[in-house]
Amino acid sequence: MHFRLLGRYIFVVLIILTVWISFSISEAAKSTRENQAVGLAAWESIYSVLTSPRCINCHTATNYPQQGDDRHRHFANVIRGPEGKGVAGLNCVSCHQERNADSTGVPGGHNWHLAPLSMQWQDLNDRTLSSSAVCRAVTDRSRNNNMDGAALLKHHTEEQLVLWAWNPGRRPDGSLRSPPPISHQEFVAATRTWVEAGTPCPKGR
Amino acid sequence: MATFHLNINGSEKTVDVDPSTPLLWVLREELKLTGTKYGCGISACGACTVHVAGIATRSCVVPVELVGDRPIVTIEAIGKDPVGRVVQNAWIETDVVQCGYCQSGQIMSAVALLKDTKKPTDKNIEESMGGNLCRCATYVRIREAIKRASQQLG
Amino acid sequence: MQPALKRENDLTLNRRSFIQVTTAAAGGLLVSLYLPRITSAQQPPAPKVYPPDAFIHIATDGKINVTVNRLEFGQGVQTSLPMVLADELDADWSQVTAELAPAADVYKDPLFGMQMVGGSGSIAHSFQQYRELGAKTRAMLVAAAADRWQVAANQCRTENSVVYGPNNRSARYAELANDATRKSVPDKVALKNASEFRLIGKPVKRLDSPAKCDGSQKFGLDLDLPGMKIAVVAHPPVFGARVKTVDDGQARALAGVRDVFEIPLEKGTGVAVVADRFWTAKQARDLLKIDWDLSGVERPDTAELRAKYKQLATTTGNVAATRGDEKALDRIPQTNRIVAEYEFPYLAHAPMEPLNATVNFQGDKAEAWVPSQFQTMDQMIIAQTLGLKPDQVTFHTEFAGGGFGRRATTDSHVPKEAAVIAKRFRDTPIKLIWTREDDVRGGYYRPMHAHRIEIGIGPDGLPSAWRHVIVGQSLLAGTPFAMMVKNGVDETAVEGTADTSYNIPNFHVSVHHPTVNVPVLWWRSVGHTHNAFVMETLIDELAARARVDPIAYRKKLLKADAKKLHSVLDLLDQKTAWRKDPAAGRAVGISCHESFETAVACAVEVSIENKRPKIHRATVAVNCGLAVNPLSVESQFQGGLGFGVLQLMAQGAITLKDGRVEQRNFDGYTPAYIIDAPSAVDVHIVPSTEPPTGCGEPPVPVISPAVVNALAKLTGKRYRTLPLVSV
Repeated sequence: MHFRLLGRYIFVVLIILTVWISFSISEAAKSTRENQAVGLAAWESIYSVLTSPRCINCHTATNYPQQGDDRHRHFANVIRGPEGKGVAGLNCVSCHQERNADSTGVPGGHNWHLAPLSMQWQDLNDRTLSSSAVCRAVTDRSRNNNMDGAALLKHHTEEQLVLWAWNPGRRPDGSLRSPPPISHQEFVAATRTWVEAGTPCPKGR
Repeated sequence: MATFHLNINGSEKTVDVDPSTPLLWVLREELKLTGTKYGCGISACGACTVHVAGIATRSCVVPVELVGDRPIVTIEAIGKDPVGRVVQNAWIETDVVQCGYCQSGQIMSAVALLKDTKKPTDKNIEESMGGNLCRCATYVRIREAIKRASQQLG
Repeated sequence: MQPALKRENDLTLNRRSFIQVTTAAAGGLLVSLYLPRITSAQQPPAPKVYPPDAFIHIATDGKINVTVNRLEFGQGVQTSLPMVLADELDADWSQVTAELAPAADVYKDPLFGMQMVGGSGSIAHSFQQYRELGAKTRAMLVAAAADRWQVAANQCRTENSVVYGPNNRSARYAELANDATRKSVPDKVALKNASEFRLIGKPVKRLDSPAKCDGSQKFGLDLDLPGMKIAVVAHPPVFGARVKTVDDGQARALAGVRDVFEIPLEKGTGVAVVADRFWTAKQARDLLKIDWDLSGVERPDTAELRAKYKQLATTTGNVAATRGDEKALDRIPQTNRIVAEYEFPYLAHAPMEPLNATVNFQGDKAEAWVPSQFQTMDQMIIAQTLGLKPDQVTFHTEFAGGGFGRRATTDSHVPKEAAVIAKRFRDTPIKLIWTREDDVRGGYYRPMHAHRIEIGIGPDGLPSAWRHVIVGQSLLAGTPFAMMVKNGVDETAVEGTADTSYNIPNFHVSVHHPTVNVPVLWWRSVGHTHNAFVMETLIDELAARARVDPIAYRKKLLKADAKKLHSVLDLLDQKTAWRKDPAAGRAVGISCHESFETAVACAVEVSIENKRPKIHRATVAVNCGLAVNPLSVESQFQGGLGFGVLQLMAQGAITLKDGRVEQRNFDGYTPAYIIDAPSAVDVHIVPSTEPPTGCGEPPVPVISPAVVNALAKLTGKRYRTLPLVSV
């Protein structure tokens, strides 16, 4: 991406010379803006997934996970614990196994745990953070386990707990849990677009 | 129906059950280990707690097909464990039980706590025992018994 | 729960009961007791003999087994009654074991005339009975020894299961047991003075503790019999609805399903599934497609009921208590009046062990295994259901994982359901299991209530006029105890208010008992759950308004003859120096209440954490007469307070919409977990030699008013609507 932009820039500089310089710059900026716009639109798709109950329920700011589409506090006083895995006697894996337990309605996946507090996508009152705030958290390598764009893409493509969101299993009453608003394929495509656009984040708080 | 080989309390048991059957009912009905209790069936009360590979596990929500070869320890055998023995004795010395129905689960959770945290604080106790319901509300003595066991474990 | 029958007279065993002594099959002394019905004042009727009928078995190996005429479901009676007997028997406590009695006339409550646990009467009613059994058996053993040694009985003494005679002679009870069977039972025996007690009044650990800590204690649900099948029932979604059609094709297709059929229920009909295993039965039930007939079935809605109750509470009901001048209130200026409206939800008992009953029908007889608070009632109804007589049903009392009143139903609907199913499976034990969902949605709740109170305050700051209207379903109407509803007043709805010990000169209490299609039942401490909350929060408010210390205010307002209440308030005051100086962010709340003849005063220290009350500590003072086992009294109070916290839980309510219960399980109906219950509870017992009174229920009423009285200090708000959704 960057090389292509640079190439075009040099080409313009060489052929049209200084009279056209200012125009050329504005043309490049416009192109960057277009890219940015595409990236930001892709981000909004990503944001719609991250803030869906299947994902955000374990990206809390509090010391507990949530459950259900209404994102209520997890029952039975389940808490975060020092490593996001609950505490001895009441670990996440005390109930959540390697796979969904559809006969009892308990979801499962490998290494079931809460996201670290640095990856909280909601506030202490359980309100979803803004798109820009979530984006900043996701792209901040001091908070996101040092993932660059490529690593984020890989994470969204392969991580088991991410994949779980599209195979969330059955509720205790036998009905199917609702998946995020777009398919995993679309989510990966959006992530790729966003990463290619340089992981732009919307402005604002 | 399918056949499962389970490692329970140190010995291998073979059961032929529907794979979706929760471990709790395999223990209670197939293996006659009725010390593990049914209280809610949704992991909200902790009466069914057993140890699976050392993790306190709510057996009422874990289908037997997801257990694999992980070793299971139930209340019937926790007394063979040094920490388990001390916790059971502390429970008796503190005269914790009332109806007693939840106490298998309480003891299994307490053992998991003390194996992890030798000197639990009140907060540790509240957190680790936080999902074990006791309708007789023996909670004050549960706290005492855990502290007593912790002292005895040194 | 509430005493089912009033105490008719003071019953001692001496005159109208007799004891039979026999040699046990395996040797040793077997002491049986025949107790005629207390209502028949004349000659004792011929006793019905059910085996086993013994209360004491002294085996030749020295073991002494005591049969307990009560269900053990946490209250500790399986230890306390043997203690009482063993003390008078001078038995070696380390050799004493206990078992629960099956249903039989001899095991009926000496005062209530039915075999039961309720009204906190286990110790109160059987204390004298078990003392006499112990003392009489001891006398026979002494007589046997005296005969053997050719000495007078009064030259012998007993200690630790040994009779000692002159010249250093001694004989163990086990050696004397066979001889003692030939001794006549003394009519009258001297009982010990309190100073002679060796077990009574001492802290004694529970006998059932080890088995409850290693998983070996069997509860009703743990029963495993050869050939046993498991039954679950699809209950109607609305109380009283009937099955219109059922498609059971998928259910029947499951391997292990034995039968699926419609059954009559106490209200409406249901579909029973019988299978080899619980999980199969439950899966099959989930696969049933049932079309329910709701025609003619009232579909209650708790939001509508609240509005209706609130309205009803503005009108005078059936008079439950009246003294002084009814119009006195109207003469008190508005500025000196308080009008308060309270709301209480339906509450499920939700004992830890889900409801269950096992019945094996064998044609001309049957056997039943039930964790039951009402053994003889359940036995009778099982018999009726099977076309048998009660004595054709051998009824085993199984240990229960809690109960709190839920296992004491006047219609015995759970054992009856099991019997209906068992009738189709002759010679096959049927274990009926109610899932937790069945329990939470199954009715038999503490009724919903509304209270409206108008108080006129006198110049001394004390209430001088009190007009109180209570609205709630009657527990007793429509049951075999309906005759106890007098003049339209069910005492269980007004207890704790109508009979208050507060000295209010112009006092008027009335009650409305609406009929609602929701089955209701006594819930540990019954009417005191809501009445104590109302009284103790209002008295606290009045004390605060008068700027008088809450303990001092209560003492000033209490009648002088409320001696037990005065004694506990005094003791509480002594034991709570900490209450004058709570930690920062914390406040202290006080309450006191007398129920089941036991008085309790309570102080709690509370803060607000995560928008919820955090109860850092509670101190209670108790006057329960003689505390037979102080360790058990302490444990009942520590636990009873925690039980009472359910009233304050955000999800401590059963609600109905369009006739359907909205909660399913502990995720929606949430009792107190460890973080919700008091972190520490000190129990102080007023020393007493008065007859022992109940301890199972009296702890429950005091905690919730004490906590909200503390919250009021922290927030300035008065909390009159339960559950406590937010602080």
